[in-house]
Amino acid sequence: MSIVQNTAETKTGGTPPSGLSEFWYYFSRNKGAVIGLFVFLFILFMAIFAPFVAPHSPSIQNRELLLLPPVFQQGGSWGHILGTDAVGRDILSRIIYGARFSLFIGLVVVTLSVVSGVLIGLVAGYFRGKVDTFIMRIMDIILAFPSLLLALVLVAVLGPGLLNAMIAISLVNQPHFVRLTRAAVMTEKSKDYVVGSKVAGAGTLRLMFLTILPNCLAPLIVQATLAFSAAILDAAALGFLGMGAQPPTPEWGTMLAEAREFIQRAWWVVTFPGLAILITVLAINLMGDGLRDALDPKLKRS
Amino acid sequence: MFRFIFGRLAVLIPTFLGVSIIAFSFIRLLPGDPVMLMSGERVMSPERHTQIMHQLGLDRPMYVQYFDYLTGLLTGDFGSSIVTKRPVLDDFLQLFPATLELALCAIIVAMVLGIPAGVFAAVKRGTWFDQSIMGVALVGYSMPIFWWGLLLIIFFSGYLGWTPVSGRISAMYFFPPVTGFMLIDSLLSGQTGAFKSAATYLILPTVVLSTIPLAVIARQTRSAMLEVLGEDYVRTARAKGLSPFRVIGVHALRNAMIPVITTIGLQVGVLLAGAILTESIFSWPGIGKWMVDSVFKRDYAVVQGGLMLIAGVIMIVNLVVDLLYGWINPRIRH
Repeated sequence: MSIVQNTAETKTGGTPPSGLSEFWYYFSRNKGAVIGLFVFLFILFMAIFAPFVAPHSPSIQNRELLLLPPVFQQGGSWGHILGTDAVGRDILSRIIYGARFSLFIGLVVVTLSVVSGVLIGLVAGYFRGKVDTFIMRIMDIILAFPSLLLALVLVAVLGPGLLNAMIAISLVNQPHFVRLTRAAVMTEKSKDYVVGSKVAGAGTLRLMFLTILPNCLAPLIVQATLAFSAAILDAAALGFLGMGAQPPTPEWGTMLAEAREFIQRAWWVVTFPGLAILITVLAINLMGDGLRDALDPKLKRS
Repeated sequence: MFRFIFGRLAVLIPTFLGVSIIAFSFIRLLPGDPVMLMSGERVMSPERHTQIMHQLGLDRPMYVQYFDYLTGLLTGDFGSSIVTKRPVLDDFLQLFPATLELALCAIIVAMVLGIPAGVFAAVKRGTWFDQSIMGVALVGYSMPIFWWGLLLIIFFSGYLGWTPVSGRISAMYFFPPVTGFMLIDSLLSGQTGAFKSAATYLILPTVVLSTIPLAVIARQTRSAMLEVLGEDYVRTARAKGLSPFRVIGVHALRNAMIPVITTIGLQVGVLLAGAILTESIFSWPGIGKWMVDSVFKRDYAVVQGGLMLIAGVIMIVNLVVDLLYGWINPRIRH
């Protein structure tokens, strides 16, 4: 409520609302986005403080408690709320530690693909001509493969593992940022403020990075959020296929791969790691929808 | 229109060359020696090594090898499997109908459910109906489909015992493949129960593979409809006294479909990527499972050929979508 009053005051007061408060005003109107934000912050907290939050070690095997069911099912115990896996490790603890991997993967992949994608897209959109054609043809080539297949084959070349999976996923994600940046730069470049800045004597680098780029950020931020959740899904998929993080790493996709043979005997071994992936991805996508509402001027009026 | 078609084809040539360079260099980038990889032999005398290098033409300059590879591609030679020695193209053609059947069923389900869901959500904007449809769509969009498949197997195959877990049809039925589509072949065979069996095998993989396209199509249809419903010509149509059904179904939907068709075209890559996971979970004998198995068997000749063929399929589908799009919407031809 205070935010609404705030904007009402600023309207009468004459000073425009700061960018941040305006952003929060539109973002918070989307209930789902706020819920997504809180869920995400909760997962982030669990990931950072995993050693303090997790009830057990993610790697200690308790040979006496193999495939123990979760607490609400007969035979379960409060010692292992979500039960144990086939070698007696606590599933809840492994999921909490797994959040570290998934968020880390998302962060690294988004950083790598945004930085490289924005730089390449900026060059293509600013210089046009032969450079642009060359860059876009290369992006077409990357996009001609199904992303997961290309990532799978790249990991086969580089060798299975978390780091290589992240590199592969960044590479297949990056053309989206190139295309988006290029399109945004092309629309901005011919606008008066850019021409004015050029006439005033701004150099190429200044025009590219300080004049044009800040005005292209809105769609990039939304795409970065989507890429974050897509990276988590892709990394889990690679882990599931045995080409991502390797056991006994408590990565969620890898946990699912290990649990596959027990699906008929112990449903909880399969259900909870997947649920963790779904909840995390859903929270990020909810935030992405809210960001789009807050940053897209076309939707603000409606 | 002809200029448009030729323009599109001209763009395709460098992409094709680039894709072939990637497929060509893939096998040479792998750690280890291509001879070891291709011959599958672990221990080899240096003389035999040079001999095979020469036999396979690997001692020639790289550009000659690439040119050779390219000529092979254009004459339909995509290499042969290291394990089975069968030509990659033969395996691909044999397995592709299974993937195509699954992908077609999935995209049909996604369209039949997704477009009406999106339209209704847009018309009833802001109601609980809209919110619940969009909530479900967002969950579907966020779904790790390999986990979703496992859950469905636990519930429908394990707990209820309704559907089989893997394969395309019960081993009770046997008939020669005519079209390669199990649903059609089982009907053609005339065996009682064969079609029903094929359908029960198909249903869970279809649900899994259609999940993400369904969510994407529903969301895209809703936002395209919302944009169109605010236009003047929709208001005019309403003012003329046309029935709501005509206004929404004819005047609005036809214009809203243009971005939706683009979205559906873009789902081809999503479907093929999804097929990799779906086919692995349900042991569906299609090209997705074939590629994953080949990566694990280190049958890199198959991976190389398969990469090229799958990229080829995607390029052709994208071209067709582009041409269709130019035909529907003449403005983009220029």
